[in-house]
Amino acid sequence: MTSRTFLIVSGISLIVVGMIFGDVFAVFVLHQNANRIGETLTAVTDAIASKDSVAANSLFSKIGGLLENRGTKVDTHVHVIDFGYLALLLAFLQPHIAIGERARKRLAVLFIAGAVILPVSVFAIHYVGLSYSPFEAIGWASIFADLGGLLVIVAVVGFLIGLCRVGGASKTNEETPDRSWASRVLLSGGTFLILAGFLHGAYYAVFNLQAHESQYQVALETMINASVAQQNKPTPDMKDPYSVVEGYGLIQAEKAVNIAAHSHIIEFGLLAILLAFVQKYVFLAEAWKKRWVVLLLIGSVVLPAFVLLELSLGLVAGGIADAGGLMVIIALVGMLVGVLRNNRRGAGV
Amino acid sequence: MSGSRKVLVVSGVVIAIWGMSFGLYYALFAEHQALDKIGASLAMGFTHGANGDLIEAGASLQEYADTQFDYVRSVDVHSHWIGLAMLLIVFGLAFDRVSLTERVKLLLAWSLVVGSVTFPLGVILQTLDRGIIPQAVAALGASLVIIALAAVALGFARSERGS
Repeated sequence: MTSRTFLIVSGISLIVVGMIFGDVFAVFVLHQNANRIGETLTAVTDAIASKDSVAANSLFSKIGGLLENRGTKVDTHVHVIDFGYLALLLAFLQPHIAIGERARKRLAVLFIAGAVILPVSVFAIHYVGLSYSPFEAIGWASIFADLGGLLVIVAVVGFLIGLCRVGGASKTNEETPDRSWASRVLLSGGTFLILAGFLHGAYYAVFNLQAHESQYQVALETMINASVAQQNKPTPDMKDPYSVVEGYGLIQAEKAVNIAAHSHIIEFGLLAILLAFVQKYVFLAEAWKKRWVVLLLIGSVVLPAFVLLELSLGLVAGGIADAGGLMVIIALVGMLVGVLRNNRRGAGV
Repeated sequence: MSGSRKVLVVSGVVIAIWGMSFGLYYALFAEHQALDKIGASLAMGFTHGANGDLIEAGASLQEYADTQFDYVRSVDVHSHWIGLAMLLIVFGLAFDRVSLTERVKLLLAWSLVVGSVTFPLGVILQTLDRGIIPQAVAALGASLVIIALAAVALGFARSERGS
């Protein structure tokens, strides 16, 4: 297997694994975790109303744990997929990198090793914590995650050196562009998806981001004030603090769905463009190649659109968004099978 | 490789390494400390609330909000620099298929590069100064990227129609 084939197969595999992880996380962890945070925050308001600062503090440790659990899983999902994208990118740059195939393969292996070590270690952070760590704030899992990141950087720098040395070699290595229907549709569709994502992101940054940030602070202050107001009452009425907790959760949810829709549509656009270059290495009948392309683009629109609609349509929209993710996964697996078939027939990549 | 493609690919790889190095630096020297501060200040705010001290509670929440503001932007900058870098490299590979003259493509390539540097730069500058200048830098960068992106999308669409 050449360095390019290795990077393409590893890249698509990383993206598939990252997306399956994301779907599992969305279905089994995300909402349950958010509910637990809401319940714990409600318990904090009870603790404040009963002047129990020890309980309030320990409940916050619990919230910290829940946030770390969610944060590390989101980071794992994002990093696995992004490293998959980077692997595909590096695969297509291989003809322009003026170093020997053996060295390129070593760099590719180094890159993939880092791309696996980093997310696996990030996933482990929540479970390993600071056990046996020589440092005060950084645990072994974080140290290994940073090591993974370093391996990736070293590999990318190695490829960059090869890219800078290219000179006249690029002319001989230049390839004829793939003008197939599948490649063209992925290229145009991907660019429009990215443009839509950028426009949505700019709209959100201008009209909502700072408003959400100030609303957080106001909600937290109101939560405390409303709870403190109940401290000296014989029978505390917790209706107001609870409704502030609910409002706080809604602001968090609104921000989360906007950021998720923004990042997913851009990432799917980037993925579509990258896959436009893979098409000539997908050894499948043209009809099947078209099917996977259409399925991928439909899934790429369905997931972010229904993530955005989750607040108004609820769990139904969440389910449809997950189905969109599944469509992308199925299309990717279909293309991966085509690349492996191409490699097996000895066509090389 | 044409001039516009070289600009996109080389700038993209450089920005990707820069974005990763920033992420590594931030993870090693700032992130854990920031997360500890966010957790501690938020917990302190509620603890002061439980003790009935609303002034101290407000101060702790302000510290929480300030740290959170910086943390969110630092993480955003890391992911945006790398994401934009990948976009530059990908476009570098496909730029021959944009149906525009090389001169226009070179202009678009530089717009994408300058926008990809200045947009996250403006965002990270907001952690030092919350005034209008960093916001203007970020807005200018984002506008450059969006306008160039729209032109590239049209260029791809024209190319597809022509083939």
